[in-house]
Amino acid sequence: MKEQLLEYTLRLGDNALILGQRLGEWCGHGPILEQDIALSNMALDQLGQARMLMQYAAEQKGGDYTEDKMAFFRDVTEYHNCLLVELENGDWGRTMARQFLFDTYNYYFYTALLSSADERLKEVAHKAIKEVAYHAQWSAEWIIRLGDGTEESHRRIQESMDDLWEWTGELFTMDDVDKLMIEAGIGVDLSRVKEQWDQKVDQILELATLKRPSDDWFQSGGKQGEHSEYLGFVLAEMQHLPRMHPEAEW
Amino acid sequence: MTKEMNLEERFQAYVDGENKVEPKDWMPDKYRKTLIRQISQHAHSEVVGMLPEANWITRAPSLRRKVALLAKVQDEAGHGLYLYSAAETLAADRKDMIDDLLSGKAKYSSIFNYPTPTWADIGAIGWLVDGAAIANQVMLCRTSYGPYSRAMVKICKEESFHQRQGYEILLTLAKGTDAQKQMAQDSLNRWWWPSLMMFGPTDDLSPNSAQSMKWKIKRKSNDELRQEFIDKTVPQAEYLGLTIPDPDLKWNEERGHYDHGSIDWDEFYQVIKGNGKCNKIRMKARREAHANGEWVRKAANAYAEKQAARKAQEGSAA
Repeated sequence: MKEQLLEYTLRLGDNALILGQRLGEWCGHGPILEQDIALSNMALDQLGQARMLMQYAAEQKGGDYTEDKMAFFRDVTEYHNCLLVELENGDWGRTMARQFLFDTYNYYFYTALLSSADERLKEVAHKAIKEVAYHAQWSAEWIIRLGDGTEESHRRIQESMDDLWEWTGELFTMDDVDKLMIEAGIGVDLSRVKEQWDQKVDQILELATLKRPSDDWFQSGGKQGEHSEYLGFVLAEMQHLPRMHPEAEW
Repeated sequence: MTKEMNLEERFQAYVDGENKVEPKDWMPDKYRKTLIRQISQHAHSEVVGMLPEANWITRAPSLRRKVALLAKVQDEAGHGLYLYSAAETLAADRKDMIDDLLSGKAKYSSIFNYPTPTWADIGAIGWLVDGAAIANQVMLCRTSYGPYSRAMVKICKEESFHQRQGYEILLTLAKGTDAQKQMAQDSLNRWWWPSLMMFGPTDDLSPNSAQSMKWKIKRKSNDELRQEFIDKTVPQAEYLGLTIPDPDLKWNEERGHYDHGSIDWDEFYQVIKGNGKCNKIRMKARREAHANGEWVRKAANAYAEKQAARKAQEGSAA
């Protein structure tokens, strides 16, 4: 049970950290100053959530573990984020599509987590819910704007949506960790989240005049530590300095 | 002609009386142009200045530092926005200003053409570059043009926070391992002289300064500001236990100021001319961001127009 709670905490924390890291890559390179600022806000929210969760994970590990040791001294197979958040940013449309698919999931997930039996996760959910609600609304607006904008933007955002779709499946698959956490009243029933997600995604895609991609095949494994090739590079960049000076403080 | 002279004289008297000039007030054409040039350059500097620091967001060595750095770079984007808005009060157009930046016609602070190869550079930029910028900006809080002065008051508050953050990064390094100390010293070696150059050429070689001082756009000379900065910064370096890379630097009891060695103005003009390590890299990054965002801006405009048309139609139907 202790082990599963730690993994559950890391799944949430790693989602936030890796997505925050990816969004941070955009800073200074956005399509217009106002949106550069907005995306940095999303990144800051994700990193803020990541810190709370890494602190909680470090406390569960005990000893000399800290949020930074959790973030900077775990390798690819010890990361438990879903695959979707580690994918490359691509163009603005792809980043918005990834954001929309993830934010919508995250919003319903955190809404359910508000009634978690675990006091700490509940506390995280209470802090995060306002942020993720705003993110979900913001990225949905971008999907509508790009889908119903110009011919080019419609084509681009549809392509991104088609490409990213296969990476959304594992958001809703439940393994033993999920099941145990649900039984303990700590975790979230993802089948319920899936229903809400489907409904919302369909509604926004329709407003955006976009087609819902078909459910041919879904990738999985991120939550269990089986990642794409991207995560290694994300971690190499993020971790190199603390790993080069393991005894240093920053 | 005489009437124009009178207006100019009245304007000068108004400025001499420490009154703020507001957007709708009459002002000499050259005053307007000088301000548009200066404020837009300042805005561009904030935006280009995001790049050397954003370079380290994904590599910041702790989560706390990562968040602080991202928030700092985001603040700079915000400063860019305030300043573009201040320039717009003078009837400049943001799109034109950005086109001028991207075409190379408009300038930005040359300091951002220096690279940030190590983490210590993030500390040095905060401490020295923001420190030098603050010396200039504190003066600009009292500049004669109202909207610029008010933007500066807001910006100065955030910049002082950034400067403390930068200094704290260096303090942590200076107290750290030998490798960290070395990293901090190396960074100071690279940033010290370029920071002194930020104040611009010496007073005898600064042609636009006199008129700007007369109009109270500028309130202190380049050399005065540079001296203030040096006097303030030397004790801070001593506290860090780092050595300023200037063998001629010493306290002059008689003047009550530090004397310093001569600045390599050839380097300064080379970087302005485009020969700094990062001039081309910075411009490439800005141009790419702009070009890659083109379809996004078009889509946002097209969608806004469609929405407005739909609203109008609903309105006429009702």
